[in-house]
Amino acid sequence: MSIIVSAIGQGLTWGIVGIGLFLTFRILDFPDMTVEGTFPMGAAACVAAIYSGASPLVATLIAFLAGMLAGLVTGLLYTKGKIPVLLAGILVMTAAYSINLRIMGRANLSLFGKPTMLKNHFLASLPPYFDSVVLGIVVVIIVTALIIYFLQTNLGQAFIATGDNPNMARSLGISTDGMQIMGLGVSNGLIGLGGALVAQNNGFADVNMGIGVIVVALASIIIGEVVFGDLTMNQRLIAVTIGSIFYRFVILIVLKLGFNANDLNLISAIVLAIFMMLPVLENRFRIRHTLAKGMTKHD
Amino acid sequence: MTEPIFELNDIVVTVNHGTPEQINIMDHVNLAIYPGDFITILGSNGAGKSTLFNVIGGNIPVTSGQILLHGKDITSMSVERRTRFLSRVFQDPKMGTAPRMTVAENLLLSEKRGQNRGLGSRHLKTHMAKFKQITSVMNNGLEERLNTATGKLSGGQRQALSFLMATIKRPEILLLDEHTAALDPQTSQELMQATNDQITRNHLTCLMITHHLDDALKYGNRLIVLDNGKITYDIAGDEKDNLTKEELLSFFNDLDG
Repeated sequence: MSIIVSAIGQGLTWGIVGIGLFLTFRILDFPDMTVEGTFPMGAAACVAAIYSGASPLVATLIAFLAGMLAGLVTGLLYTKGKIPVLLAGILVMTAAYSINLRIMGRANLSLFGKPTMLKNHFLASLPPYFDSVVLGIVVVIIVTALIIYFLQTNLGQAFIATGDNPNMARSLGISTDGMQIMGLGVSNGLIGLGGALVAQNNGFADVNMGIGVIVVALASIIIGEVVFGDLTMNQRLIAVTIGSIFYRFVILIVLKLGFNANDLNLISAIVLAIFMMLPVLENRFRIRHTLAKGMTKHD
Repeated sequence: MTEPIFELNDIVVTVNHGTPEQINIMDHVNLAIYPGDFITILGSNGAGKSTLFNVIGGNIPVTSGQILLHGKDITSMSVERRTRFLSRVFQDPKMGTAPRMTVAENLLLSEKRGQNRGLGSRHLKTHMAKFKQITSVMNNGLEERLNTATGKLSGGQRQALSFLMATIKRPEILLLDEHTAALDPQTSQELMQATNDQITRNHLTCLMITHHLDDALKYGNRLIVLDNGKITYDIAGDEKDNLTKEELLSFFNDLDG
């Protein structure tokens, strides 16, 4: 039981990372690699801030700002520096590794005995693992609601249009550079926030915790899309978090089959590859057709 | 005589500067556009028609010369700023609309052309009645598809939408870049007719690139011909009304020879 609750908690926390990536990957249509650097940056900034006496809430907000700053750099390299977005992201991701080591002063920093957002009176009184579920739900609802509101504003619509057809956006007077920089900033801010929550959940920050983040976040997005199909923009945002929880269950099942935690990145990649290939496989093997046939009466 | 809205003074655009391929794709062009002008533009491929639009729109920088709006120098004004007075319809139906956004969402975006977009709610619903009325003018069923993603529309509907988006907020200058060329003859004629109706009814100032000599003669009050980056022919008023296709054709043949 507790292992399922734990998976839900992790799914919710990682859902924030998925929503962050959704802004660039789906709306702006950018493959943003910065996230592999901003996720541990958020974790590092949060833990370092807690060490220097900041309250966990303030430390978590600092993580958001740290991630956003890195995203802004990627945005500037891409729009003003004319570096392809994939490479701009890789540059910032690489640079972030050194910066993260500077922030923490070492490769790994434990939160043992330090205050975290999970250690307030109410959350600490809950049964095991329910603390991360409650915190995750609160943060996911706040983030999702803010993004949904933003996308319905005139600025948000200009942001969507920039990803959909930058040419048209410019011809309507929308500063596409500005929209792309903003998108990369907010996206990486959310990913930094996710990193901070994961660090507090796990009780430590590690410079290597960013490896594979993009695959996990992408898996949340793709699983949500494959499971729910055609959705409106708002529904798709919610589907990301559900996809993230679903992904945790898949991982849980795989671990139960006897794989160990060292295999996780391999498994993540395979899970993502399978879900991304589903449309192709479906056409080839007519999966849905076969399933539908199995559900109808013989005539 | 009224003052021109917009002027190009001795515009030169040089490409491949300092190489053996150096060439002026705009070669000392002078053009004054007056309020209510509907100018049709002819010219063979590479004559500089698209370059002219890109110079007006600010998409390519000029090497020398001056661009004036109401007598004020705007030569170095950015593309985004120029959209405050300028709108444009492209040849490719995919260029002018956001495919994953609905028809109504596209219209709403275009209504704020050139304006700041803030964090206020967009209030889509309050615009629907107005959008329905605007789209019904095009007579192609667009008003029934306001909540459809534009990617699912036909090419004709998308171009009609692009045209509406360019005119929903009145532009001081409208640029039509062969906006009917990608459509089948029937749809193309319908859109051209609707375009002309809108322009004359609303007294829009418009420049239209076309490949059809017939359209160039039939529509507008002024006709210019571009060749090798120069304006080689510029007639207006009665002179244009009396121009025949044969005269225009012989003029083109002279250019080739």
